[in-house]
Amino acid sequence: MKKLLLTTVIFLSVLFIAQSQKIKGSDTMLPLSQKEAESFMQSNPAQSVTITGGGSGVGVSALIEGTTDIAQSSRKIKFDEKQKLQEGGKTVKEIIAAYDALAVVVHPDNKVSKLTREQLEGIFTGKIKNWKDVGGADLKIIPYSRETSSGTYEFFKEHVLKNKNYVNGIMSMPATGAIIQSVSQTKGAIGYVGLAYLNKAVKAIHVSYNQGKTFVEPSIINAKNKTYPIVRPLFYYYELKSEKKVKPFIDYVLSDEGQKICTQVGFIDLK
Amino acid sequence: MKRLRKFVERIVEAIFTLSGGITTLAILLIIIFLFKEGLGLFNNPAVEKGYALCVNSTNPIKAGHPLSPQQIKQIFDSEITNWEEVGGRDEEIMIFRFDEIFNLYSDEELGENYEFLPQKLDDVIAQNPNIIAFIPEKYIPSGELNSQVVTLHTPLIKPSDFFGGKEWLPTATPAPLYGALPLVLGTLWVSLFAILIALPLGLGVAIYLSELAGENTRKILKPTIELLAGIPSVVYGFFGLVVLVPLIQKTLHLPVGETAFAGSLILSIMALPTIITVAEDAMRNTPRTMREASLALGATPWQTIYKVILPYSASGIIAAVVLGVGRAIGETMAVLMVTGNAAVMPHSLFEPVRTIPATIAAELGEAPAGGVHYQSLFLLGVILFAMTMIINLSVEFISKRQIGKGM
Repeated sequence: MKKLLLTTVIFLSVLFIAQSQKIKGSDTMLPLSQKEAESFMQSNPAQSVTITGGGSGVGVSALIEGTTDIAQSSRKIKFDEKQKLQEGGKTVKEIIAAYDALAVVVHPDNKVSKLTREQLEGIFTGKIKNWKDVGGADLKIIPYSRETSSGTYEFFKEHVLKNKNYVNGIMSMPATGAIIQSVSQTKGAIGYVGLAYLNKAVKAIHVSYNQGKTFVEPSIINAKNKTYPIVRPLFYYYELKSEKKVKPFIDYVLSDEGQKICTQVGFIDLK
Repeated sequence: MKRLRKFVERIVEAIFTLSGGITTLAILLIIIFLFKEGLGLFNNPAVEKGYALCVNSTNPIKAGHPLSPQQIKQIFDSEITNWEEVGGRDEEIMIFRFDEIFNLYSDEELGENYEFLPQKLDDVIAQNPNIIAFIPEKYIPSGELNSQVVTLHTPLIKPSDFFGGKEWLPTATPAPLYGALPLVLGTLWVSLFAILIALPLGLGVAIYLSELAGENTRKILKPTIELLAGIPSVVYGFFGLVVLVPLIQKTLHLPVGETAFAGSLILSIMALPTIITVAEDAMRNTPRTMREASLALGATPWQTIYKVILPYSASGIIAAVVLGVGRAIGETMAVLMVTGNAAVMPHSLFEPVRTIPATIAAELGEAPAGGVHYQSLFLLGVILFAMTMIINLSVEFISKRQIGKGM
């Protein structure tokens, strides 16, 4: 009797392990993957998906070490990460799951409502220090950034600052919510957040990437028709070998139903 | 029967010895681990591992002028734009990051496994005498190709860069800057003012509770204060961010509310329960006879407090201060949320600062295990450990002397 019980338990757990898949990585993508996994498991009760965060870099290194099936990443895989994967004899596949737009936000009382990329670069690298230099009131600019661990930090640095470093001693906040909170209560503040987090407590800046010819408001519509420039793809990476195992989930994310979830959690769907 | 009892006692004794030994061993292992991980930092080159900086062979910079990490950072941030500024000839610096090669050449031109990559890099570097290229060591053009490319010698990270550096930019490429000075000073700064606020307040409350308050007041007050110690630090941090920070900003008309002062205030609130409880216990331990003797000699209650009770409980009070300081220095979450985390040298109380625990908590998640950034965070841990140890030792020294004098 006891033996039978034991075998059943082992058998069941093996079965369970065989069908469970692990996703690890970007914190930005956490709400998306969780929502997707929830409804995926509802429609496929035999499947189980476990999701952990930790940052894009953590996800990719887990993929290199083989401790996760899918790595979620809010930035493209880096060249040396790709090298490491190649050295380990692994070929990865890249799937774009959705897009995310970053909005630059200021205090609602701030007169400034549009900035060019060059001005943003000047502000975040510390060259421009006062709002009057960009057409605002005589007020010190206080730039807020995310912590270095976030993919958002990297993306903003690459895309908006053209790889230059942030000003030494920039205010860095542990979470997007903290940036919204701080910007909403500091007159001279400026920060950047994912589009999904925008609310009335802060004002979103219209951004120009063509030296001020056109300024575009951050919105889902503008991000979709590609007029808003600060948009980044969100990736899933998996090993080609485990394609069979992860395919159902990936297919689900890319399906109409899965893409609807993307918009629900505030990201931009692929269509 | 007697034998059995003896046997049991032996076993219990052995278990106690063993648990003591294991605890000591665990602590030692943790310290060794900390030092081992941290000190590895100085075996790393100043430029990101696996990468190198290359220049054209006609560039005179190669001759014995190793660029410092600061200079490399300034070059790649376009703050230094002319080779003359770093000892080269009067020529504009052209920055070349490795990724740019993919904009110049298609994947087909580079080959399936990037076998033509070194060749193309060689072309680019050869064509531009004013270039500085940041490329993986693996793809440095070598062998017969190596005609025009010179790899700059990059020095190892020096202890003076770490302990004396004033810039903390651990993810800067190509040369991350690990200057721990602002973080160390930030930690000390916040803790110092926290204890300056908490100590008089805490001592006052402790004296009131142990000497002046009635039994009923004490019964209500003491558990309430002890309750403060049970509130999770995230809650303090959130309270600080939402209530204290805007309040400080408005009343003092500051450009930002996230300041060292906000951190100190929150920390002092968090250290108060510890200081009060420990100091109060010490004061109440003053023997009744001493108190009564003092009063019988005609001393007023106030004289009794500061001539008899305070000296008698001095070591307990100092212990309270140490525990308070320890809490303040090591506190992470609350400080992370209210101090703004800007890694600048602290000049005043009303500017943002970044502390060591906040840095470790915020950055360890993304730092690749075993990497340079990871090691630098462990070295910060070592500094924190040394700081608390120095405080503990000095307090032990002081309290011993105090007791000696009192006898």
